[in-house]
Amino acid sequence: MSAIEKISLDQTGLLRFITAGSVDDGKSTLIGRLLHDSKSIFEDQLTSITNTTRKRGAEGVDLSLLTDGLQAEREQGITIDVAYRYFATPKRKFIIADTPGHEQYTRNMVTGASTANLAIILIDARKGVLTQSRRHAYLASLVGIPHLVVAVNKMDLVDYSQAVFDKICSDFGAFAEKLNLRNIVYIPMSALNGDMVVERGEHLDWYQGSTLMDLLETVSIEDDINREDFRFPVQWVCRPQTKELHDFRGYMGRIESGSVRTGDAVTVLPSGLSSRIKEILVYEGPLAEAFAPQSVTLTIEDHLDISRGDMLVKTSDTPQATKAFDAMLCWLSEQPLDLNRKYLIKQTTRVVKAVISRIDYRIDVNSMAQEAVNMLKMNDIARVGLKVQQPLVCDDYARNRATGCFIVIDESSNNTVAAGMILPSDRAA
Amino acid sequence: MSNHPFSHLDALESEAIHIMREVAAECANPVLLFSGGKDSIVLLRLAEKAFRPGRFPFPLMHIDTEHNFPEVIAFRDHRAKELGERLIVRSMEDSIKKGRVVLRSETQSRNAFQSVTLLDAIAEFKFDACIGGARRDEEKARAKERIFSFRDEFGQWDPKNQRPELWDIYNTRTHPGENIRVFPISNWTELDVWEYIAREKLEVPEIYFAHSREVIRRAAGLLPVSHLVQPQAGEKTEHITVRFRTVGDMSCTCPVESAAATVEAIIAETAMTRITERGATRMDDQTSEASMEPRKKEGYF
Ligand SMILES: Nc1nc2c(ncn2[C@@H]2O[C@H](COP(=O)(O)OP(=O)(O)O)[C@@H](O)[C@H]2O)c(=O)[nH]1
Ligand SMILES: [Mg+2]
Repeated sequence: MSAIEKISLDQTGLLRFITAGSVDDGKSTLIGRLLHDSKSIFEDQLTSITNTTRKRGAEGVDLSLLTDGLQAEREQGITIDVAYRYFATPKRKFIIADTPGHEQYTRNMVTGASTANLAIILIDARKGVLTQSRRHAYLASLVGIPHLVVAVNKMDLVDYSQAVFDKICSDFGAFAEKLNLRNIVYIPMSALNGDMVVERGEHLDWYQGSTLMDLLETVSIEDDINREDFRFPVQWVCRPQTKELHDFRGYMGRIESGSVRTGDAVTVLPSGLSSRIKEILVYEGPLAEAFAPQSVTLTIEDHLDISRGDMLVKTSDTPQATKAFDAMLCWLSEQPLDLNRKYLIKQTTRVVKAVISRIDYRIDVNSMAQEAVNMLKMNDIARVGLKVQQPLVCDDYARNRATGCFIVIDESSNNTVAAGMILPSDRAA
Repeated sequence: MSNHPFSHLDALESEAIHIMREVAAECANPVLLFSGGKDSIVLLRLAEKAFRPGRFPFPLMHIDTEHNFPEVIAFRDHRAKELGERLIVRSMEDSIKKGRVVLRSETQSRNAFQSVTLLDAIAEFKFDACIGGARRDEEKARAKERIFSFRDEFGQWDPKNQRPELWDIYNTRTHPGENIRVFPISNWTELDVWEYIAREKLEVPEIYFAHSREVIRRAAGLLPVSHLVQPQAGEKTEHITVRFRTVGDMSCTCPVESAAATVEAIIAETAMTRITERGATRMDDQTSEASMEPRKKEGYF
């Protein structure tokens, strides 16, 4: 029996998270603290940042230097792009996207957030819930991050006061309610001193909840993936055309959501033709069942014309393929949106020509107010209507994070200019 | 269903397979860079998982500095043959003959010049995408690099002008002359690589395991004695038990003292180890804290 046959849905293995906060709230220090206290910092890294700290005329070790990577930004002393960090404990492996909190960097947070299971929003205990904190909470809800931690940092500078902490929790909670954000955990901490990060410390006895590390190690992420709707975008068709495998046609791809068993009735979209699953193959051999996010090869009973960009779904759960839909769009490019131009959209494995046919409104990420606009520039977030040349299988992003997302590509520069999240189809134009 | 969890290796593996299939489907003429080192050995297994029972939809290529450990070159050829896939070898010697690379001395490190030969090979075969085994945990500049990373016509990487990479939707479009470097194991650590080698029972070159070797002890580390590295006046050589954590240019790749003779022992050691792979083994990376960044801008892989 192959190893894979024994695998269950229990996805304990890998947690991706991001940190968000305004400049100087302590994101880099917190990440440095997590790495340091979980013994994930190497000696040569420690020596190197100790030297740099000293060169700058400071004492001790500035843990924030661990994540502030590129030369140019180290000169400026700020984090300017998304950097990825890795650490592991005996319980889990972690991938951190360190995203900067600077005003104009909505796009970096959206980028880092797109793959995250969890977001840590830092709040400086002295400053409380600021406009930026609200923006970070909004972006976390927009990108559909399943779990949210509000880290009330620098508690050492407010005498570890429970009253300060409680006030911040209730302020944030009131705002989060409006955003439909659930699963929020509040943790008081001092990233600098290490209280409540990995160790509990001695100053926060009034706090009964878990440390940040405890939470990261135990939060259940099994249901972060849609387990109901089988979606299999075909990436690659395998036709070895050798003597033994003359008629073999394998559809290779990754199960984006749901699961599949041999014998299941499946429909190919957008053609609408149906067949049954004959085999589920992986390198180790055949499987009886497979589920997201496994990469597999499927064969079917009938000879249908299926190619890259098609999607296999269950016949019992067939979504609509449509040429018009609504979406939330986050504009990422310095070149503003041009409503007269055609763009390319890549969604799952499908690339189609598209126009943005309407801008319903732009969201002011600070006040949440909806504003009428006729163009979008970098960091703008808006509700838009789109029309595409060939039909796309449009899942509501809120229901299916893996198939409800797309990127917009500028055909002349080849740049990725926007990130999109599909809205339910009720009022698509 | 029993309760064997979908492990972090399963997640990383599936991500890497997905990336490789995207490259195959969307790039016109990709190539997989295979050096015989552990990271590219993992890439080959991932390619098998991505494309079998078909053949790889790309050839393998090695940029040979001719400063490689002979064990590694033998392994490279043996593995390519075993897989039945096409291996292209382009040698730095050719670049030197053409005057494209000018060395100060025969024995100096050739790591920095690999980019010239690589760019020549990319031009020769018109490759639009090179799949490589770099990992983000190797170095600070890498930590910010995208999985699909673009190089301009001069092979340069512009860290300030990277395309945003969202979800796992990859934009693979290039203009003529541009090139993408694709790193399917970006999110793997050194420990993940060894755990995967153990799980998959992958063969690796002998020099990764503890063996007795003649070395010179210098301030920067242990240097293996070879035709490229000889003791200088006053220096002694000694025979000690070492293994390599990375395999590269013989003139500057340092082994570490270790008795780890099996993959399991290496995993135990890696889990305990307190020094990064590059910090321990690459003299040329120690020069400055961000030393890889200038080199990468010049097209170093
Ligand atoms: N007193 C105190 N200072 C902190 C704490 N966390 C971070 N800092 C300091 O706040 C400053 C900004 O931290 P940094 O991690 O660079 O913030 P970032 O801009 O969010 O990455 C640094 O001087 C840190 O030492 C904390 O918990 N308590
Ligand atoms: Mg920072």
